[in-house]
Amino acid sequence: MISIEGLSKRYGDLTVVDDVSFEVESRTIAVVVGTSGSGKSTLLRMINRLVEPSAGRVLIDGQDVAAEPPHLLRRRIGYAIQGHGLFPHRTVAQNIATVPRLLGWPEQRIGARVAELLELLQLDPGAFAGKYPHQLSGGQQQRVGVARALAGDPKVLLMDEPFGALDPIIRAKAQDELLAIQRRLGITVVLVTHDMDEAFKLGARVAVMSQGRLLQFDRPATLLTRPEDPFVARMTGISDRALKLLSLTSARDAAVADDGPGLGDAPQVAATASLREVLSELVWRGATRATVVDERGQACGSLAIADILAHGRAR
Amino acid sequence: MAAPRRLDLAGLRRLDPLGTMLVLAGLVAARLPFVIDKANRIVPGDPRPLFEVVPWTAACGCALALLVAGVAALAVRAPGARLAVAVLALAALAFALGAAGDALTPAGNRVVRIAPGAAFWVLAALLGVLAADALARLAPGPAARVLALLLTVLSTGIALASGHFDHVSVMREYAVNADRFTHEAWRHVALAFGSLGAAMVVALPVGLVCHRMPRLRAAVIAALNVVQTVPAIALFGILMAPLGALAAALPAAAHLGVAGIGAAPALLALFLYALLPIVANTVAGLAGVSPAAVEAARGMGMTRGQILAGVEFVLALPVILSGVRIALVQNLGLVTVAALIGAGGFGTFVFQGIGQAAIDLVLLGAIPTVALAFGCAVLLDASIEAMQRGRA
Repeated sequence: MISIEGLSKRYGDLTVVDDVSFEVESRTIAVVVGTSGSGKSTLLRMINRLVEPSAGRVLIDGQDVAAEPPHLLRRRIGYAIQGHGLFPHRTVAQNIATVPRLLGWPEQRIGARVAELLELLQLDPGAFAGKYPHQLSGGQQQRVGVARALAGDPKVLLMDEPFGALDPIIRAKAQDELLAIQRRLGITVVLVTHDMDEAFKLGARVAVMSQGRLLQFDRPATLLTRPEDPFVARMTGISDRALKLLSLTSARDAAVADDGPGLGDAPQVAATASLREVLSELVWRGATRATVVDERGQACGSLAIADILAHGRAR
Repeated sequence: MAAPRRLDLAGLRRLDPLGTMLVLAGLVAARLPFVIDKANRIVPGDPRPLFEVVPWTAACGCALALLVAGVAALAVRAPGARLAVAVLALAALAFALGAAGDALTPAGNRVVRIAPGAAFWVLAALLGVLAADALARLAPGPAARVLALLLTVLSTGIALASGHFDHVSVMREYAVNADRFTHEAWRHVALAFGSLGAAMVVALPVGLVCHRMPRLRAAVIAALNVVQTVPAIALFGILMAPLGALAAALPAAAHLGVAGIGAAPALLALFLYALLPIVANTVAGLAGVSPAAVEAARGMGMTRGQILAGVEFVLALPVILSGVRIALVQNLGLVTVAALIGAGGFGTFVFQGIGQAAIDLVLLGAIPTVALAFGCAVLLDASIEAMQRGRA
């Protein structure tokens, strides 16, 4: 668990982060979202002490981060940034091996770890280990950046706009990969972004920041249905909030068990699809009911358009 | 009637433009004297054409090589072939010069001077341009360039050691000054590299501090720029007085070799001149390091020293080395002037030659200086390029 307690950062008269407190549960993703200048990056950088706080403290699993020298602390915390920051003069394998080498791992363990991470990030070790960063595509560079951040086997991963430089299609794929990796490794992730859709997609909880202050820290659905501040409502977007709410629920979770046949011609939707996608499909087909199918093609329930609409309202 | 004329034009257009200019210049140069036959080192001497001074077989061989080079310059496109004929023609030209020296020097005569004439110099320069152009088109990698340099040095060394050129004026001057030549060569190298080494020791940390403190940067670069604008002779003069006074006041300093003239002011002046290129390039190199890479390095828990040595300095190194290259080439040239204040080096021969109106002695100082600077530039350029490969 990461506890942020009364954290502030002041530069002279300027307060960049103003008395922010929240807790990130272990093995979850928390997203800090805000406009530029909201203090979200500074907040993140105080967790691994790239910025020293003016007041307040950060505890990781109950231990104050100020208790150990910053460079040793940072080797235990993964850190990935926008534009990846890969070392241009080192190969992919050497880049990923940075933290293990700092930690003094034996050579054999480093080699095994590099291969393991390349496979985790779906990069063929044989093809990529010896390449230099400039020989990779933007998406590949970003993946190597994440692999490098994970190399020291950290429990906590900090990410500062990690997908900011990617085009929309590759960004969506990278987000899916991050979700899968987080679940598989069971790490705690704090991610900073200015993109509310990204925050809703990734965050178990989302912290909305403006002008250095934390406005609200809640589940995405709560931010949409019960914004505590006009700015939060504006950030989450009023005009399509119903659709955003629908996109937070999967077809599997909303599906109603079928009783008997009679739905033969209803359109089929994947269990992993969001209600927003199911609604779109129904509107497109002119249907009022869809059959939800799991990964093996088995029907696992159905969804009526009225049920979907009910999910899009604040309850 | 029109058809053949159009054909001619098409043929002309296919000619290599650079080659055409070189051949035209070469045709003019061929009419100039090949060697100057002087009764001693000071008198003006008689100009002599190629065919008068060497056995006709050697003359024909040289002329044939030049002819082939001319045809290749005009009509051959393959850069490898152009380079080969240019080098062969240069060798033939040099061989003819040596042969002329042998033919025109009476046996046992040590006073007569057979100097290369205008035709030799111009033709050698034109062939040099042809070879350089071919090399540029070949675009050899760093290793190939270093190999080519080594081969050139080796073959030139063998040719000079063979004795074939012993009767050419510059080599006669060398024979007279052989002991001093070695001494002055070491002195030249020691002055240039010593001042460069001292400048690197000071300039790298200064450049690093300037990179970290932008306010200091402007002041330091401005001050070093002022030093750079002081002419070398003036700076040597300016340093004479304080160093002389220092030596007079502190016997220990004088004992260490500090004096108003000699090596001390030369080293100090060269050191000052070398600072600007190295400091400026260190600052530029460090400024060019990706901020994201440094940020990531900090975020992963590298210490300040690890970031400086393992990321910033390594990434800035090619730019820093270009600064070192500029400083070294500049120093190798400036050492020549330092001979004026008694610092020694190849400049000794240059100034002695000017004083005695003996142009061959001037060349004995000038040619090795140019060759040394050129060789060092090739070596440093090759290492910079080798360093940049892979990361681009």
